[in-house]
Amino acid sequence: MSGWRSLPAGAAVLRPGSTADNITGTWRVVRPVIDQERCIRCGICWMYCPDSAILELKREYTTRGGKRYEVTYEVDYDHCKGCGICANECPVKAIEVVLEAK
Amino acid sequence: MLAGLQRGARERAVWRRAGLTTNYAVAFAVKAVDVDVVAVYPITPQTTIVEKIAEFIHGGELRAELIHVESEHSALSAAVGAAATGARTFTATSSQGLELMHEVLHIASGLRLPIVMAVPTRALSAPISIHNDYSDIMNARDAGWAILIASTAQEAYDTVIQAYRIAEHPDVQLPVMVAYDGYLMSHTLEPVELYREEHVREFVPRRGRRNVLDVRSPITLGAFATPDNYYEFKYQQEAALRNVEGVLREVEADFAARFGASYGPLEAYRLEDADYALVTYGGAATGNARVAVDMARERGIRVGLLRIRLYRPFPSAPIITALAGVKAFAVIDRAIAYGSPAPGPLYKDVAAALYMEGLTVPGISVVHGIGQRAMYVEDFYGVIKMLAEGASTDKVLFLGLRE
Repeated sequence: MSGWRSLPAGAAVLRPGSTADNITGTWRVVRPVIDQERCIRCGICWMYCPDSAILELKREYTTRGGKRYEVTYEVDYDHCKGCGICANECPVKAIEVVLEAK
Repeated sequence: MLAGLQRGARERAVWRRAGLTTNYAVAFAVKAVDVDVVAVYPITPQTTIVEKIAEFIHGGELRAELIHVESEHSALSAAVGAAATGARTFTATSSQGLELMHEVLHIASGLRLPIVMAVPTRALSAPISIHNDYSDIMNARDAGWAILIASTAQEAYDTVIQAYRIAEHPDVQLPVMVAYDGYLMSHTLEPVELYREEHVREFVPRRGRRNVLDVRSPITLGAFATPDNYYEFKYQQEAALRNVEGVLREVEADFAARFGASYGPLEAYRLEDADYALVTYGGAATGNARVAVDMARERGIRVGLLRIRLYRPFPSAPIITALAGVKAFAVIDRAIAYGSPAPGPLYKDVAAALYMEGLTVPGISVVHGIGQRAMYVEDFYGVIKMLAEGASTDKVLFLGLRE
């Protein structure tokens, strides 16, 4: 990490969009885990996440029952702070919140 | 030789000599440095500064944005926003206004914004007082601003001009307060020599600051700092503030060459061979103390006067040099640091500076002029006599207080 001499004066952030560089996932006590079998790809968790930590990936997924989806939702654990809003909002209870330390 | 050169420079630089209150002198300085943004909220005894600036803008003498706000908190917040875009910014306040600004004081210094603010000092409520003491500025002394205290209208005019050079210096980039006695100076007419504005603008050129808000090259100011970085940013502030004393000397050397005047971080009067010293700040206390020193000298007491002009950062080294040789000193404070080891805020700074140098010069913490209680020359003379007789064991003295 930079010493006081090399940090920008006044704590200015000089590169736009650089907030994602901060790994805020280390603050997490609990983690959300998405069950891809139950997930119906509604996008509600993606919309509600206050840290933009639900990733909408262009990746196909076929459930064991044979249902095909174009996209897959995953958690960006580098930035998820473990607030649990996604699990709370999920209409099909496809997100489980588990303790980080087990 | 040097004095002659400086006199010549001054003759060329002076535009006119006028009878001005210190508040009006400050307004003329703000016009001369060509500020871009002035955020204003009225409070006694500051108001006539921004009234005069409003007149200048209305009359077309100053092209600046005058922002009317709903409180002092907003006045300094508006100044923060303006300064963050790179605008040259001014505001002014007193007393309760400075207290209401308090949290934004730390934001202005933390964001390293070179705002200049005039503070004609005034006592604090309760009870309500509109009169002068230095309680307001002393409550703001640890907010990371450079603080200069002027003792005459001319010095306040010169100091506001110098303050922009200091604030905008790349090694500083910090806000500066220019304080002086409310009423006793803010509303008192004195002769002031105003400089030709083109000379002032050459002295305070626009250099263009780095890291300002600009839509063509976006940055973020005022972001969050985690425990990993916060401490380093706060140390940067401390290091930058400590640069101010050296920068002041450099700026004053140039000022002296152009305008034939300089003051330094402190002013010594008849101190070379002194056995005793009075230490003061501001206008009225210094003026009375100077007369008392002359009276005592006539009666064979070798006493001198040390006036502190640069209050933050505290110029410890020259103060130690000035006081190391005296047998005893007294610091005249115009504020009470309630419940402190000594009631005088400046006394505590002087005592700490001497102690850190391993010196144990006896000193008295004197409080006077609270809420503009009249300070008499005789009061100061009495303190000198007390020092010279060495009889008193009092370390604390509330002068002018009725029992």
